[in-house]
Amino acid sequence: MADLAEVRSLIEQALPGAQVTVTDLTGGGDHLAVVVAAPQFAGLGLLAQHQLIYAALKHKMIPASQEIHALQIKTSVRER
Amino acid sequence: MSLTEEQMLASIKDVIEKNKVAVFMKGTPAQPKCGFSATVVDIFKKMGVPFVGVDAIEDPRFRHVLSAHTSWPTLPQVFVAGKLIGGCDIVREMKATGELDTLVAEATK
Repeated sequence: MADLAEVRSLIEQALPGAQVTVTDLTGGGDHLAVVVAAPQFAGLGLLAQHQLIYAALKHKMIPASQEIHALQIKTSVRER
Repeated sequence: MSLTEEQMLASIKDVIEKNKVAVFMKGTPAQPKCGFSATVVDIFKKMGVPFVGVDAIEDPRFRHVLSAHTSWPTLPQVFVAGKLIGGCDIVREMKATGELDTLVAEATK
């Protein structure tokens, strides 16, 4: 079970200037949805954008941890 | 006898290389064990695209070997023409924009 505020802050730290929304999809704290608009996404494909988010949450996800079991991701580029 | 992790990695590479569309998933295409995997299977079925679905959770070591190889933590993982394109969200988004059809058409022509 992950702390939503912490998830949000981890993404914000990894992607300064990003606008981040974290939602708990089931109420169980382990199926989350994140919507991230970040300036760093400019010029990147979806794969690379999602990889940046996974990297930020590395310690919360498999194989390091089972805290976040499923993560829905929606990304967009935020204009600087 | 179960596979060693080296053998698993070899078989993963083999599946990726030999199939135009490969899906590493929870469960099988006939019996997905997760909504995200089911969504991806459904998209390819509706497109009428031949694909291979590999159960990545039958042996718990398998998904670790896979994720270490791909730097992608979650399942499903979808490969088109030997390249990881992403998971359920990306496949869904690419389907909506038409990008997926283009990519698959290129790969299977």
